Order: sequence, then structure tokens, then C-alpha cells
Amino acid sequence: MESSSLFLLMLSMAALAFYLGRGRSLAMAKPLGGIRHLHSLPSYYGLNAFLWCALPPLGILVCWLLFNEPLINSLVMSGLPEEIKPSSNADYNLLLNKISNIANGVMSSQGKPASVIAAADHMAGLRVMSRWGLTALCLILAMAGLFWGWRRVAADFRARQAVESVMENLLLGCACLAIFTTIGIVLSVLFESIQFFRSVPFFDFIFGLNWSPQTAIREDQVGSSGSFGAVPLFVGTLLVSAVAMFVAVPIGLMSAIYLAEYSSKSTRTYVKPALEVLAGIPTVVYGFFAALTVAPFLRNLGADFGLSVSSESALAAGVVMGVMIIPFISSLADDVITAVPQAMRDGSLAMGATHSETVRRVVIPAALPGIVGGIMLAISRAIGETMIVVMAAGLAAKLTANPLDSVTTVTVQIVTLLTGDQEFDSPKTLAAFALGLMLFTVTLLLNIFALHIVKKYREQYE
Amino acid sequence: MSKSMDNLHKIKNSLKRRSRAEARFRWYGRVAILIGLAAVLLLFADIIGKGHGAFKATYIKLEVHYDRDLLGVTSLADTAQLMEANWDAVPKAALRERFADVSGRRNKRQLYKLLSNGAGFDLKDHLLANPLLLDQTETLWILADDDIDTYYKSWLDGEPYAARLSNKQVQWIDQLHQQGQIRLQLNTNLLTRGDSREPEQAGIRGAVMGSLLTLLLTLMLSFPIGVAAAIYLEEFATKNRFTDFIEVNINNLAAVPSIIFGLLGLAVFINFFHVPRSVPIVGGLVLTLMTLPTVIITSRAAIKSVPPSIREAALGMGASKYQMVLHHVLPLALPGMLTGAIIGMAQALGETAPLLMIGMVAFIVDIPQGFTDPATVLPVQIFLWADSPERAFIEKTSAAIMVLLSFLLIMNISAVWLRKRLERRW
Amino acid sequence: MTVATVGKTAIDPKVSSKQNLEVDQVQATVGSPLCENPKMSMRDVNVFYGDKQAIHNVSIDIAKHEVIAMIGPSGCGKSTFLRALNRMNDTVDGCRVEGEVQLDGENIYQQHLDVVELRARVGMVFQKPNPFPKSIFENIAYGPKIHGLADSRVDLDEIVESSLRRAGLWDEVKERLHQPGTGLSGGQQQRLCIARAIAVSPEVILMDEPCSALDPIATARIEELIEELSQNFTIAIVTHSMQQAARVSNRTAYFHLGKLIEVNPTEQVFTMPEHQLTEAYITGRFG
Repeated sequence: MESSSLFLLMLSMAALAFYLGRGRSLAMAKPLGGIRHLHSLPSYYGLNAFLWCALPPLGILVCWLLFNEPLINSLVMSGLPEEIKPSSNADYNLLLNKISNIANGVMSSQGKPASVIAAADHMAGLRVMSRWGLTALCLILAMAGLFWGWRRVAADFRARQAVESVMENLLLGCACLAIFTTIGIVLSVLFESIQFFRSVPFFDFIFGLNWSPQTAIREDQVGSSGSFGAVPLFVGTLLVSAVAMFVAVPIGLMSAIYLAEYSSKSTRTYVKPALEVLAGIPTVVYGFFAALTVAPFLRNLGADFGLSVSSESALAAGVVMGVMIIPFISSLADDVITAVPQAMRDGSLAMGATHSETVRRVVIPAALPGIVGGIMLAISRAIGETMIVVMAAGLAAKLTANPLDSVTTVTVQIVTLLTGDQEFDSPKTLAAFALGLMLFTVTLLLNIFALHIVKKYREQYE
Repeated sequence: MSKSMDNLHKIKNSLKRRSRAEARFRWYGRVAILIGLAAVLLLFADIIGKGHGAFKATYIKLEVHYDRDLLGVTSLADTAQLMEANWDAVPKAALRERFADVSGRRNKRQLYKLLSNGAGFDLKDHLLANPLLLDQTETLWILADDDIDTYYKSWLDGEPYAARLSNKQVQWIDQLHQQGQIRLQLNTNLLTRGDSREPEQAGIRGAVMGSLLTLLLTLMLSFPIGVAAAIYLEEFATKNRFTDFIEVNINNLAAVPSIIFGLLGLAVFINFFHVPRSVPIVGGLVLTLMTLPTVIITSRAAIKSVPPSIREAALGMGASKYQMVLHHVLPLALPGMLTGAIIGMAQALGETAPLLMIGMVAFIVDIPQGFTDPATVLPVQIFLWADSPERAFIEKTSAAIMVLLSFLLIMNISAVWLRKRLERRW
Repeated sequence: MTVATVGKTAIDPKVSSKQNLEVDQVQATVGSPLCENPKMSMRDVNVFYGDKQAIHNVSIDIAKHEVIAMIGPSGCGKSTFLRALNRMNDTVDGCRVEGEVQLDGENIYQQHLDVVELRARVGMVFQKPNPFPKSIFENIAYGPKIHGLADSRVDLDEIVESSLRRAGLWDEVKERLHQPGTGLSGGQQQRLCIARAIAVSPEVILMDEPCSALDPIATARIEELIEELSQNFTIAIVTHSMQQAARVSNRTAYFHLGKLIEVNPTEQVFTMPEHQLTEAYITGRFG
């Protein structure tokens, strides 16, 4: 039976369980003199039955959906006779695909070796068996659950408690999804990176100065030497981020100061949302703007001044990235500046300080930890930004501090390595995961540190 | 006393310098704000300037004979015949008729290039919709090729861009223009068609549908899970190290670069669980993980804003904690949660990087109908078009951006409206 | 000089106290609100917050080197009045001041007057101590630095030391001048704020309930300080505590619902108040 129809069947059985359970509780209540003599409301008895009937089969179904294919695949492949067992990963996947296609009937079995046909039959057989097993198991569990839930209905049975404890665990599960996600990210990135570091030594990667990720497609291909030194990528990332910060910090900070300290209420209500618009624009739009408008403009401008500006300069990508980050810094700075107590400003003004002196010498120093935290979060954002640099920055790794040159960044390389035509296991694609590991670690550290600073700052004033 | 006078003197001397410094400081602030606003305006002006032309395309007026012999079709009901028919012959014949003096294979090839490659199929659709036209003649405006379109629009603007046209083609266009047989008219291809290699045929409908399906899935997954997690954290969790750990995780996930989620999706969903690439399901799963922290954080804030007095009143009447949450807290917090969900969806709509990783980058022509059809999303479509060399795609890309931005505008405005409408003043 | 005194009327306890407290009947300030050669003088000052009037037609003089206390029930405008003296009300949105306030004969509300200079001459100490999140030294040095009063580091050190000495704080903090000012106790912080205010050598010091957030020992310390300071500064102090007013001030002004009811030498106000409202307040009939 198809998974979706099985799912619907389970749901309808569970609905039946609800109805029956509830009905039974109502029936039990009558001789007792009304539902108030039951421990819980009738719907809770129904719900209890529903849960008993629905959850076990659904759990089995989800597990089956997740693990069925991998399991069958590995069974079939390990059952192959020695002579056609594939040696490399590429061959493994190829053979698996072939067997799978024959078993599906997509590919015809004419002209294929007997062992392959046998494997395909094996696979098809396993699939059928597995489905039957699933349907049977689910039905049995559902009926057992229905029966059990129905039987449990009694006046003193604490149905509400039972239901609520299941609910609580469901809620906990949802909350834990965040942890699972983090673990998933760490594991997946780590796992692939470790495989990568088997081919390319860790220190070569971290400290290597040469990035040209070529690997052999075939064993004997010439020019297969690839160097995976990531330093040019780190430098490129830092260069673009530095340009972005150079743009975003002064503009973001000064506009936050003006809006918080000087502007009238009406100006603030209109200008603040207008600046927030910058935060809502998707990065792919910024990338387009950077690549098609800003970069040519800068190149022509440079030409007028006799400077040679690359058409994929770090300057173009950095400036546009800076514009994107402005609202980020502006709203964070605004929050921390308004959090500085008025008493501090009064103390300064009462001594004859001008408004700007008060802001520069009292308010900003008081707000500084928060502002620094905000800037760190912004740097983390800049480092992790992908689309703007993919569209506006270059692909060739260059070790330079000149913003007029074209550089490439960590995120660009991740995208390039993974959207090319490489199979999954070659060092080239695994390098992307190693880069991802670097990125994740750095941004994680920055974020933790920044949030820690901002939290400490908030405590100071609350 | 004299110290006082001395000081007063010094203070008076400093006044001018300091008031100048004050004025300068204010100007720095104003300039910063002006730069920010100018950036917004510049961006919008650029996009709209580049994109507004995409809604009109160049059409050429021709007389078309739906000649049965030319087509090789005897009956319009026979689908096999329809598939084998030579649809391109009809527009080509119309062109030859219009420019009867054109001879030689090379010139004729250039002539045929005036019309879009898909003109034949457009005529097929038209004929099938009006079967009585078979063997008849009709005067129609037919969609021109994108090179013609680019040239014509640039020529109308005063800066002709004829790089990809031959001199003959330029002459023909001039002739057509003199006789009023070429014009710009509203082109709905952008909004009704899927992607295509030919700029004049390309549309965003496939991408929009893909975005819609993906977002729907994201919403269906992230809203319940996010609300459930928020309820647990706010109402039921005890303050212990484990709960702190969960919170730290959520805050960190909210700040992780989006491309990392793409890597996660690639390694776990596609490689481990073998979810098919490039379908809305896997896109929805990845985006769910990305928007979950946002939904959780905004939902928590919404729950926190419900005053304790309401909870105490419910508990005081003997309601269980669940009943209190379900019947009292949740309905009151729902507006805030919905606002947060809309904002989360708006963010998800604009995401590109993670979806590139999981393969929603292929060239998809058909409009996806369900969650398991291959699809792409609007921002990825924009990314792909931005890479294309044809100049006509610049226009289309800008127009697609305009569509994307209007979706986002609508979503954000409805979030703000919803918040204002359902806001309660405690 | 103002209208004749109302004279001391016997308060009949059987008569409802409300009747005796009708402020509208008060036409003018009783006692001696004005004086010769005042340091600061106010004529017909009205202060509005939006449409609400907080101060009604107040006229009073403050003499050189005197300590004048302002008392009255809470919400009667004492702080508002004080803040009008150094134009701190300018920082409040919607606050409007009418009338004339003069410092040494010059109207401080005129267009051309720079508030910066005014506030250097008329300093203020607030209710809750508000040291800057800087070191003790930097707190004191802030004023002299921004006004350019010190020509060298040596000068600055001198100013800081003398201010701390005059505020009676020097011995307690001389070892830790570069530690944060927020690390001091409440009483020390308030003395720090006083030292900070006198570091720019103002002529008048306004104090807005300076001891209300402090314990009795710290309060006593500051009251001693006020007496010492009055030798060199003119001091106007708003206080909620009548006992404090009695201890530290030369003259006392009684405010009631935004109107100045009576101004007289302190001893007289607390033993033989001229106005019935004053008497009702000091005898605790309301407050």
C-alpha cells in the first residue's frame, strides 16, 4: 500500500478510536450520574485512545520512510557476488542506480549481466516484502492501540493526565528540534570534513597559500594536482567584510545616534522604517545590483581616475554588503543608546555640556559594550553572506589587500564547489564541507561572544 | 572668586568652538541618514528603471496563413499529426510574404530570426483555440525575438544597441517601423510562462509556483513546531541547564549563515535520507530549519506579553496548565505569533543560498503542480537569469525582482497591519 | 514688596480642614520673598507642561551665599521650579516657561543666551546619584575638560583634588582615583556628584532632594557639606524633609500646588508660620 494511503488509513482508524473511546466514557458516565463523576472530560478518554492508536504506527511509518531505502540498498549491494562488487564510491553509486532503475522498470533488463538482473530481482522482492511488512505491522499496532485505548476507559482512569504527559513530551520534542538541528549541522559538516582531511592534511588547508581545487575525474587525468590552501579565501572574506564594515559602521552608528538623540518624533517614525527596508531586501537583489550597477560604475570611475578596478572587485561587493548591513547596526545601536538612562544625560547636560559632548563622552562610552556586540554580530553576518559575493565577487583566489582587485571568499567557493558537476565524495566537494566547518566555527564563536557581551551590558542597566 | 571669573572667561572663549562642533556632529548624523535613504531610493530606482520595460515586448504585425498543406495537418483532432506538424513554417511563410525581396539562404535565415523561436508554437495554441482558422488568413501581432526586442526598445530610448543584429535586420525593422508594423505591447509571458532559454518566452510562473509550494510546506512545518517549542520553553520548562542549553542553541541557530543550512540539507536530507533533489519537499525542510528559530523567538515574545493575571485567573478556577495555555494564553498570543510567522515566511521567500546547495538550481520549464515535482524558487530564478548573457535577461531579471519585492512588501505590510489590528493594550 | 500678611489665625479643629486649604483664595506670596542684590531673581514665572500648568506666577529672589530650602507636599512643583533655574526644563518635550528669571541681573531665557555657559554657572545635583560610568577622576575632570578650564594635566589634578576635598571625599578616595565611580557607596556617590558639580566653580548650586536616596549617616554628612559649601556658593535645595530644611537653610520657601505660598527665615517658618497653609503643612495636617 502507498505510504500516503497508509497514513490516511492510520488517521481514520485513530479517529475511530477517538470516537469509540469517547463513546465508551459517556456510556460509563450514565449509570454514575453524569460526566462529572468521571475523572476527566470524555474527550480526553477519546484522545487517549486516539494517541494509543495513532502514535505507534506513525512512528513506525516515519522510521520506515527514513530508513527503508538505505537499508534495502545496503542489503542488495552486500549480497552481490564478489566479482561485480564495486571498488570505488563512484562505481558503487553507478551500479546501485542501475540495479534500482531495472528494479523500477525504468531501464530494460536486456543485455545486462545475469548477476545484475538477479540483484535487481532481489531488490524488487525486498521492496515488496518490506511494504507488506509495513502495512501489516501498522495495522496490527493500530488495532492493538485502539483496543487498548478503549479498554482503558474507566471512571477513575486519569485520562487527562495521560494525554497531557504525552503532549508535554511532544512539546519537548519540538523544542529539542533546535538541538537536533545544531547536532545535525555539526555532525554532517564534521563528518564530511574529516573525510576531506584524510586526503588533504589539516595544516595544508588552514595555512596553505594556494587555492586551486582541481582533482582528477579519472585516475589517469593529467593536471590533477589540486592545492587546497584556504588562506586566500580567508583573506578575501576578511577584505570584503572589512570594506562592508567600513561602510556600515559609520553610517549605521551615526544614523542611530541622530535618530535616538536629535530627531523629532515624527522624523523618527518615518525614517526608521525607511531604513529598515534595507534589511528586508533579499540578498540576491543586492547581488544583482552589485554586479550590474555598482561594479561597472566603480570600474568606470576608476578608469576616470586612472586606477584599474576589476569588474569583480572586492570594493563593489563590499560596498553593497555594507549597505545591507546598515540597518542591522543601526537598530542594534539604537536599542543600546536608548537603554542608557536619562539620568546620565541629565547629569552631563546640567554641567553645561553640549548635546554632542554628552553623546560623545557619556552616552556612547556607556553604550559601548552593546555597540561592540552589535558590530561583532554584523561582522558575523558579513562573513556568512553568500549571494552578494557569489554574484559580484570573483572566482579566482587571490591573496591581496587591495579592494580594487577581484577576490573570492569562503562562501563563494562553497557554492562553486557544490554546484559543479562533481560526485559527492571527491576531495573537491568535500572541501566545501571543510570550508563550511571553518565558517560555522568562526561565526559561532563570534555570535556567542557578541551575545555574551550584549547580555552583560543589558544587565548593567536593568 | 577670581577663580570663578577666570573660569567664566575660559568658558566664554570655548563657546564658539563647541557650538561649531555641535553643528558639525548634527550634520554627520543627517548625512548618514541621507546616505541610507539614498541607497534605498537608488536601489529601487535602478531596479524599476531596468525592469519596467519587461512588461512590454516587441511584436511584429504579419499576415498569417494557416495553410493546411504547409503545416502537414489534415485534422486538428489528431494529436499525432499535431505533434509532427511543421508549425514554424507558418510564421516563416508570413515573413517571406512580407519581405518578398529577400533571397538567398543566409538572408532568409536572418529574416526568420526576426521572430521568436516559439512563434510557431504560439500560433499552434492560437489555432487550436480557434479551429475555424484552419486554411484561413489572419493578421496578427507576433512576438519578436529578444535581440530585436532589445534593439527596438533601445532605439526608442535613443541609444540603439544593434550589436547582435545585422545591417539588413536593422533595415527591415526600420521599414516595419515606418509602416507601423512593429510596436511594443503588453506581454504576459513574464507572468504566465515558465522558464525558457529564450528571453522573450521566459516567465516566472514556474518559479512563483515553486516558491509558493515551498513556502506552504515551510509554514505548515515551522509554525506548529515553532509554537509548540515556544509554549514548552515558556510555560512548561523548568529553569535548568538543559533548558538554557536549548535556548542558547536557538539563539545561535538564528544567527548561523544560511549557507550552512544548505550544507546540512545536502548532507542529511539528500545524501542520507535520499530525498529527491530540487523538489519543494527538501526546500521546505531546509527552510523550516532556518525559520524555526525566528518563529520560536517571536512566539516566545508573544507568549511573554500575555499578562500573568490571566494565567492566574484560569489556574485559580481549577484549569490544568494545558487548559490554561490552550484556552487562554494561546488565543491571546496568536496575533503576535502570526505576525512573527509572516515575517519568518518573508525571510524564507528571499532565501537563495541554501536552496542552491540542495539543487533547486536546475533549468525547470514545466510549472510544478505538487510537492514532488521538480521546481525552483523565485530568488534562485533571479540568480540564474542574472547569470545569462543575453541583454534581454537583464530586463526580465529586474522585473522578476520587482515581483519578488512586491510579494515581500505585501507580506510585511500585512504583518504590520495584523499587529496593529489585533494589538491589545494591557 | 508684597501685600500685607494674613496674620496668624487660630485654627478651629472642628472646622473641616479642607475649607482652610483652598489655594485659589491665596493671592500673593506671604513673607519676604524678595531681597536686595539677589544672585538670582524670578518674576511672574509660569511653567507649563503642554496644557497643564505646573507653576503659577512665582516671584522670588535668592540672595548671594544663602541657602534657601524649598518645601511642600509632593507634586507641588518644587523640582519643576528648580529645573527652571538652570533651564533643564528645555530637555523636556512640551515644557514652556513664561516670565523672567535673572542671574546677576541678566535674563537667562533670552534668545542669545548660551545654556552651556548658564549651566556652568548654575550647577545641579540630582535626587538619585548619577555618576558617569567612568573612573572617579574622570567624573570630576569631565566638566573642566569640556569647558577647557585646565591648561595642563597638573591643573586638572589640582582641580580634581580641590573639588574632592571640598566635597569631603578626598581622604576616602585618594587611593583609588582611577577606579569606577559606580563602585562607591550611595552616600559617597552623591558626594562625588557634588564634587563634580563644584569642579567647574559654579556660582549657584541647585540640589534636588539630594539626600532622599541616602541613609541617615550619609545624609548627615551631606548636610554638613552644604553648610561648608554655603560659604562660597549660593545654594537652593529642594527637600521633602522639613527637618532637613530646618537644619541647613537660611530661608525657607513653601510651595503648594504650584504656587509660592510663603517665604521667610527658616526659624520663623517652622515656629511661627505666617500663612495658614504653611502651618497646616508643617504641623502635618497633610503632606
